[in-house]
Amino acid sequence: MIEGARWRKWLWFYLPLGAFIVALLFPFYWMIVTTVRPDGELYRPWNHPLYSPFWTSHPTFEHVRDLLTETLFNTWMLNTMFIALASTLISLVCGVIAGYALARLTFRWAGILGTTIFVTYLVPQTLLFIPLAEIIRDYRIGDTPWALILTYPTFLIPFCTWLMMGYFKAIPKELEECARIDGAARWQAMLYIIFPIAVPGILSAGIFAFTLSWNEFIYALVFLSSPEQKTVPVGVTSELIRGDVFFWGSLMAGALIGSIPVAFVYSFFVEHYVAGVTGSIKG
Amino acid sequence: MARVLLKELNKKFDGTHAVKNVNLEIRDHEFVVLVGPSGCGKTTTLRMVAGLEDITSGEISIDGKVVNNLAPMDRDIAMVFQNYALYPHMSVYQNMAFGLRMRKFEKPEIDRRVKHAADVLGIHALLERRPRQLSGGQRQRVALGRAIVRNPRVFLFDEPLSNLDAALRVQMRVELKRLHDRLETTAIYVTHDQVEAMTLGDRVVVMRDGVVQQVGAPLELYERPAKRFVAGFIGSPAMNFIAVTITASGDALWAEAPGLRVRVPPQKTERLRRYSGQRVILGLRPETLRPAGAGASADYTFGSEILLDTRVGDSPVVARVDPGVRTSAHERVRLSFEPERAHFFDAASEAAI
Repeated sequence: MIEGARWRKWLWFYLPLGAFIVALLFPFYWMIVTTVRPDGELYRPWNHPLYSPFWTSHPTFEHVRDLLTETLFNTWMLNTMFIALASTLISLVCGVIAGYALARLTFRWAGILGTTIFVTYLVPQTLLFIPLAEIIRDYRIGDTPWALILTYPTFLIPFCTWLMMGYFKAIPKELEECARIDGAARWQAMLYIIFPIAVPGILSAGIFAFTLSWNEFIYALVFLSSPEQKTVPVGVTSELIRGDVFFWGSLMAGALIGSIPVAFVYSFFVEHYVAGVTGSIKG
Repeated sequence: MARVLLKELNKKFDGTHAVKNVNLEIRDHEFVVLVGPSGCGKTTTLRMVAGLEDITSGEISIDGKVVNNLAPMDRDIAMVFQNYALYPHMSVYQNMAFGLRMRKFEKPEIDRRVKHAADVLGIHALLERRPRQLSGGQRQRVALGRAIVRNPRVFLFDEPLSNLDAALRVQMRVELKRLHDRLETTAIYVTHDQVEAMTLGDRVVVMRDGVVQQVGAPLELYERPAKRFVAGFIGSPAMNFIAVTITASGDALWAEAPGLRVRVPPQKTERLRRYSGQRVILGLRPETLRPAGAGASADYTFGSEILLDTRVGDSPVVARVDPGVRTSAHERVRLSFEPERAHFFDAASEAAI
């Protein structure tokens, strides 16, 4: 940047950046404000003299308390955690191995198979849940966590496979060849050389898979029916919206607490993750 | 420590025949260099010896044992790659120890060998570093170290110096040669650089389009190239080629071209007689040409020598002469050479006559 053109930097860099940050963070701010706002203020019409949509002068934790004591929110959190972790683990194991195979083993239909796997990812869930519902009924796993743990991989495995395939392709082939000459069998080269180098890729695939299954809505809505089996997204929306009555305070409290694990996972791995995206893997 | 034998070796990729009927015997302790332009099949040949590439047909044996279907790990070879292929997540020590760990060596033995190799290569101070903290030359040394700790029967080098800058390349070349003399291991070295090939190899294999053109000691290739391609590839600046017509006058044969007439030396007369009246290719090394009389045009000066960029008839001819020669551009010069040092090639088959 040329000296003396500071206003230019403000106009083209800081201003758009500020607008971006505000647009991104506003929903979270709104969730927080709504969570701590008393009911009396929440339902105040816009032409009321004390109407103040962006702040509250009487913060309260009554909605959070309601959420944690009057609903099954704790159970939903545990359900979601279990389902998200289990389906992420399954998808990661399959995705890493499949991605490696598609990237490295040159077998006859590798290219076509890779594309086919990607195409399955493009089938909309809103279409796929109909046949899946049939399968789940046949296996009598409806209304159990397994209904979701086994169906989430249908979109998570293609996702992880593709992400890992790209990552493995970026690792120089010579590393593996060298390991095999050094005395490692293919699985040892994979385990000791390729996978450790691919850790950032595996982590990012895991983070994305975890987030996708944590937020998943349609399958959870269709395959689970009893309140004590539900996940957070479904539980909050189905139990805190009764008819046309919206319990906004508790709804937002649920959304806020529900997003904490995802935020936690991101910030926990962010160092590794960013290192993986920016770091060099060249020998 | 090992003798490598390639018999009727072929490699076909989809549609391309990369290596054609290669026969080669690499003797124990020998340093053999495969050289040729890119795409000539030299790297593919090396990778087949390593076991990284399937063999379409033919046979590779090490110490009399056919290794065609042996996995790379079971061939007891070590390979140094062009991009070094150091494991980025391991320290230098771990990089060098990896092969030994895979082969279940005892910890003290691993330690002894790694330390010894580090001493030989002068990288003792780097053992705890990661590859990304090393310079190009240091990485190169680590890659070498990783190969020598294993004490393999055969060393394979795939253009190991081409990622280094010019000065370092010359230095590493000398060190490599010294290392090989010290280790007394069979080595196969691939490069596209003929200077590297000539300085390193006990014998040099020149390849082109998957076919071996000539195998021989460096000087043999330089003095008695079997093909026009070899003659043009070995030596810098490259050999000059002039199309000449052979004419007979009495017992003597003359090679003639516009601006050039030279008597065929007696020892070649017999072989060239059947070309009488036909066109052949005359090959002249720039260093065999000398200015006769005054004048020539100096175009490049290296200090120690002058390259004259001239034409004989339609053929461009480069002469390497003494820096004492004073000439200016566009001046006519007379060049002479000893006919005994001229090469003749068949115009059609390009084989030496």
